[in-house]
Amino acid sequence: MSRIRDDYDNSRWRKIEDWIKGEKDPMDDTMEIRRPLDDNPDTDVQITEESLERTTQRLYKYVNRAYNLFSVCFCITLVTVMIWCITFMPAFGDGNNPVNNEVSQRYIEKGLEETGATNFVTGMILDYRAFDTFGESCVLFISTICVQILLRHDDKEKDTVVNRELTRLENDRLFEPKNDLILQKVSCVLVPIIFIFGIYIILNGHLSPGGGFSGGAVIGAGLILYLNAFGFKKTERFFTDRTFRVITLSALSFYCIAKSYSFYTGANHLESGIPLGTPGAILSSGLILPLNICVGLIVACTMYAFYALFRKGGF
Amino acid sequence: MSFIVNFPFFSIILAMFSGIISSALNGKWAKRICILMLGIVLGLSACVLYYTVETGTQFTYMMGHFPAPWGNEIRAGVLEGFMATFFTLIMILSVLSGLGRIFSDVEPTKVNLFFVLVDMMMSSLLAMIYTNDLFTGYVFVEINTIATCGMIMIRQNGHGILAAIRYFVMSQIGSGLFLIGISLLYDITGQLLMVPAREEVEHIISTGAYMTPFLLVIGLISIGLGIKSGLYPFHSWIPDTYGYATPAASAILSSLVSKGYIILLIKIFYRVIGFKNLFQTHILDILFVFGIIAMIMGSIDAIRQRDARRMIACSSVAQIGYIYMGIGLGTEAGMVASLFHILTHAATKAMLFLSVASLYEAVEGKTDYDSLRGVGYRNKLAGFTFLVGSLSMVGFPMLSGFVSKAFFASAALESSTKMYFTWAALVISTTLNATYFLRMVVNIYALPQEGESVRGHYFLEERSPYTKTNGFVSIALIGLNLFLGMFSNHVVDLLMKGLSMF
Repeated sequence: MSRIRDDYDNSRWRKIEDWIKGEKDPMDDTMEIRRPLDDNPDTDVQITEESLERTTQRLYKYVNRAYNLFSVCFCITLVTVMIWCITFMPAFGDGNNPVNNEVSQRYIEKGLEETGATNFVTGMILDYRAFDTFGESCVLFISTICVQILLRHDDKEKDTVVNRELTRLENDRLFEPKNDLILQKVSCVLVPIIFIFGIYIILNGHLSPGGGFSGGAVIGAGLILYLNAFGFKKTERFFTDRTFRVITLSALSFYCIAKSYSFYTGANHLESGIPLGTPGAILSSGLILPLNICVGLIVACTMYAFYALFRKGGF
Repeated sequence: MSFIVNFPFFSIILAMFSGIISSALNGKWAKRICILMLGIVLGLSACVLYYTVETGTQFTYMMGHFPAPWGNEIRAGVLEGFMATFFTLIMILSVLSGLGRIFSDVEPTKVNLFFVLVDMMMSSLLAMIYTNDLFTGYVFVEINTIATCGMIMIRQNGHGILAAIRYFVMSQIGSGLFLIGISLLYDITGQLLMVPAREEVEHIISTGAYMTPFLLVIGLISIGLGIKSGLYPFHSWIPDTYGYATPAASAILSSLVSKGYIILLIKIFYRVIGFKNLFQTHILDILFVFGIIAMIMGSIDAIRQRDARRMIACSSVAQIGYIYMGIGLGTEAGMVASLFHILTHAATKAMLFLSVASLYEAVEGKTDYDSLRGVGYRNKLAGFTFLVGSLSMVGFPMLSGFVSKAFFASAALESSTKMYFTWAALVISTTLNATYFLRMVVNIYALPQEGESVRGHYFLEERSPYTKTNGFVSIALIGLNLFLGMFSNHVVDLLMKGLSMF
């Protein structure tokens, strides 16, 4: 004797009946139907929770597990091979190693005389191998360009969802910390010191450990601290989008032109006419000091720009 | 010393400098500067090619006041000059043809940034071609990677950003392996410039010390650059990346970016490791196997795609497989065939991506297979360009694809063990190529069925102002393809000459 079902509409038999009559497809809820992907920029990739659940819950669960296992095994193998290889490498700090050859010898013995820089590392990266360093500065430049493409928020006038949200948040002062007295007073003392220290590192790059990259990072950190303490209104009085552009453009152009001149004269065996000065003096070692200043400016601007772009999509 | 020896340096610096100033200009001026720069670089590279062919010499160029093992250096021979000229030509054609879509796809305030990326990418490609220093190679690989990410995501839609993230993760793994490889190599040789490093490598081979790290170095460098150029098991980023970027970016990415890494790899193989030493290590056999699998699996993936651009992108995986297969043959002839296939693929893929973009416009931006039915009658030139490109990829005589396939087949003769595998893979891959490319061609030239009007509208008035440029670019690319197909002997002569100078 069969039970009388109270929800006949949901029973299996009713579904088959519907299917035969052609009213409803039994696969409707189980099958993932994708609409054709269109190239409309307004639509985003949509991963609904349902579809995600379905994929992870069934077969893919096992595939994923196997995949994870395989990745772990692969990484462990790679690490083992690398560590095993280390045992065959030249011993660390041994005088007979291949790296202690005529290249480093000349950097150390003649570096002072040829570049005028007391700090050999700076002499190496900004004179002997200056082309690589120019490439590195361009890496920084192009990464800020990419972050700008991704995060810079340009259409501030239009009434879009993003803009409404931004105004709401701005009124809430979520972007900017509340006027924190401790932070403000401490940064009043610290920021000038950090700036002076950064400038010192940059200007003494050819004399003592330091240089454009490290000094620029210190100045960038100072700028970010100032921004956190006093908010965008205050920093925008001296650092805007325009300032950023002018500084990056002029620093990179100067680097590019100065180094091109130096490369050109060097390759064609011409006298460059740039005085090396007395080693040890602040105004010495030819182009290294101005190049350090350029690199420092670029690094400081890049750090600040990253922070500002990630925080509110602009300066 | 002739003044021309300065030209490789001028072209790299010019490309970088125009990128730097373009960041402060508006979109229109950035475009003008970019095209002007590409034109000048094309001229300079052609001069370098002419000079090296005419004098039959190669030259190194000191970057600064310090000679080789201490300072940076770039080098130019016939192969470098030729590749630089060819790459610049493809770059200029891709940018010209994608102009209309660049201005409509990219936010108006960010158009100049796209041209900054193009400029920087050009400079990095040139530097990768000309470099004679391993670390310079790495620095410009980085610039290239970041510029590529920017190009992929510049449309700012979900697909683009997802594709950029994928690309970035894979590409960084590749860069990382490459960097570890270079560091280890520096540790065991003590040199970063290619010529002195080569001498040290010979020393290592003869004494037998540090052989294990040396093998690891070869493996890391090959796999690192292999990942970055999209070799088969590491290809998962390719379809999304090429399929959803703006058309100019797709063309540049598939025809130039992946090829730049391969050129760098070949350069390292020849000038640092030494091809003979490489042959003994069996890493070439691994590349060969990966290449063969890529040729078949890439084509199978392409058959499964419904979207024409993704289909072409998957086909790129197969074509990269051809190139690695040729390198893996381990013979001079195989290397020449690979280099020739780099040219073929660069010329043809740019053509396919650009014509498909025009075909999509003719059906109002729909991308699936069915909407493209009969579109060849609406935009005739784009349809014809697609036809020529497909035939070239399939290997129709007179077109460049045929020649490169013939070269691969004859190069395989020299290697007895790999011969049958190569031929089998060529036959299978060509059949699969024909399956998806000709299916698409038949589809775009399908006659409307009884009672069915030609879907969509396409009137002359509605075309963008760039139609003329597009037409010019299509014809130029078809011409280039025919040139590569019919005068292949001259091109191969140049390639052989260049390789013998390495």
